Amino acid sequence: METIENKISTMSGSNRLDSRLTLTYFSIAFITLLVGGLLGLLQGLNRAGLLELPANFNYYQVLTAHGILLVLVFSVLFVIAYFYSILSHTMDGLFPIVRKMGWISLITMLVGVVLVVTQVVMGNASVMYTFYPPMKASPWFYVGLFIVVAGIWIAAFGGFTQIAKWRKRNRGKHIPLLGFFAMGVFILLFFGSLGVTAEVLMLIPWAFGWTETINVMLSRTLFWSFGHTFVNIWYLTAVSLWYVVVPKVIGGRLFSDTLTRVVVILLVVSNIPGGFHHQIVDPGMSEGIKLTHALMSMVIGFPSLMTAFAMFFVFARVGKKKGAKGVFGWIKKMPWGDVRFLAPMIAMIFFIPGGAGGIAQNANQLNQVVHNSLWVVGHFHITVGVTAVLTFFGAMYWLIPYLSKRTLTPAMNKLGVIQTLIWTIGMVFMAGGMHTVGLLGAPRRTSYTTYGDSATAASWDPYLLLLAVGGTLLTIALVMIVYIVFNLMFFAPKGNTEFPIAQGEENASETPKWTEQWTVWIIVMLFIVAFGYVIPLVDMIQNAPPGSPPFVTW
Amino acid sequence: MKMHRYEKIWLFLAASMLVIAVVYSGVQTFALGQGPPSGVGMIDPEKVEETAPFDNPGISKIGDNEYEVVMILRAFSFEPNVIEIPAGATVHFKMTSIDVMHGFQVIGTNLNAMIMPGHIQEAKQKFKKPGEYLAICNEYCGVGHQLMSMKIIVK
Repeated sequence: METIENKISTMSGSNRLDSRLTLTYFSIAFITLLVGGLLGLLQGLNRAGLLELPANFNYYQVLTAHGILLVLVFSVLFVIAYFYSILSHTMDGLFPIVRKMGWISLITMLVGVVLVVTQVVMGNASVMYTFYPPMKASPWFYVGLFIVVAGIWIAAFGGFTQIAKWRKRNRGKHIPLLGFFAMGVFILLFFGSLGVTAEVLMLIPWAFGWTETINVMLSRTLFWSFGHTFVNIWYLTAVSLWYVVVPKVIGGRLFSDTLTRVVVILLVVSNIPGGFHHQIVDPGMSEGIKLTHALMSMVIGFPSLMTAFAMFFVFARVGKKKGAKGVFGWIKKMPWGDVRFLAPMIAMIFFIPGGAGGIAQNANQLNQVVHNSLWVVGHFHITVGVTAVLTFFGAMYWLIPYLSKRTLTPAMNKLGVIQTLIWTIGMVFMAGGMHTVGLLGAPRRTSYTTYGDSATAASWDPYLLLLAVGGTLLTIALVMIVYIVFNLMFFAPKGNTEFPIAQGEENASETPKWTEQWTVWIIVMLFIVAFGYVIPLVDMIQNAPPGSPPFVTW
Repeated sequence: MKMHRYEKIWLFLAASMLVIAVVYSGVQTFALGQGPPSGVGMIDPEKVEETAPFDNPGISKIGDNEYEVVMILRAFSFEPNVIEIPAGATVHFKMTSIDVMHGFQVIGTNLNAMIMPGHIQEAKQKFKKPGEYLAICNEYCGVGHQLMSMKIIVK
């Protein structure tokens, strides 16, 4: 019965019942992006010294909301919607129970988000999205966060259910490649959020006043076990599009099904201990542990360097087939005017400085030069804000019309190209300014200040102006992408749009069975997590200083 | 799993680069004494001002052109908030927070450390060039965070 229902709903392209779910996710995601992005503009203008924010809507409150809405809400909604679309498309529609879990997850997350955002707007939680104790927000802020995480888990388990049921029905077959990425992402969403859940469960009784003190160091460490894993989830999502969708858009084939799966496995197993590189200049941890973690974080760079090779290999191969000569001949053969290629391509190019900057920051001594400076903010605006997000935007030009059974017109494609370029130039100004002024010492998360007319602080001002220039351009591009997404959802001409999935080369060798051993990968992942965390965590719990009482300092 | 020869070369170079970066970081930490600030001392965050050496924050000379600065960070100030030293002096900082998390960054140097309640952070820095150095809190600590700074005057 359920199969027939699914078949009818998938008759022309996407499954209507599933696309209703995913389009709802995408709609809320892009409204969140709009609000969060506009708050970003206010910060840019303040930081440039052009705008003073009122006391009841101050810089830190705006920054907290900006961080939560973009780095948590927008990204989570987008990633779940994207992978549920994939599961629906590549696995003959979502199973009804999975679809239901998708809806329950969405409602749960929204309840949590409303609770969190209300507390921030009321001024009860100007604690940033990192909410380091002993700064104490309203307890409802933490309760809201817990509910959001519960929603994420429901979505992750929906994903697991879909994949398990599909495998049962398709014994002996490999999970489709994009589904393999989905598996990796859902595993990270679940395991990556366990640490922060433990933290939040300690913060809730403390914030209500039921416990007196909190272990500051433990909380911070648990937070980062989640924080860095999540940004890597956004990145892994983007990578899935690079490997599978981009080759198809340029008229090519997969790089290698096997190596792509190996990259996913490596990113999943190595990811969670990466959080420690946020704590390189922390007290309470020995230099030896910090060096071990420099290595453990560096390992995460390896699969990305595999990806760099794979992408250029695919471009060169397609270029050659189209008659390109020489090492760089392929550049002329790429469809630069096709926004479905242009957006993810620029995203990849930005990952060259983004990834290099990441590797540099991870070296313990170089980290000391830039820790907590605007350099770091520049870094994650080119990695998350371009590498991940511009790839996401690029997917909207085919995914939204595919789901809404509409088409992308040449005019809309052109608007998309312009949007992509404005976003890129905006980021070059803003992130470029941030990187430079960060090296000169300007701190992150600090409203405009002269530090008592210090000449040093005054020397930062010209660069800080770039934040306002870039932020303004980004805002224009932001409004454009929101317009484009909703136009493609409700107003574009009706028709069928392809879900672009590249096939393997004809002579490609068969993907070995061992890639499907997810139980083994999860055990390897837990082993690496244990290697990274057991010693420091036990030490932080056993040799903890007396805990801290709560403080409200805003 | 077949791999292109160029890919093997590329990945060998990539892995070497990552390993060299970590090894060099280790050499800097253990051979050159340039490890990141990693003070492991602890203190009761509710009794900072009664506990030595934080009952007497300030600067003291501990050797030939060597100074120790004991410093308390609180929202939104440093104590002491001005120190004076001769050019070429090496300063050993001992710092803790009396309330929330703070940061300590001396602009124009590589000194940059997290200061957390309950923990005693340690860092040292040699100030070669004379001048007035701006030091700031670089971890968000509340509504007055942007005001939290101090001066190091090198004569």
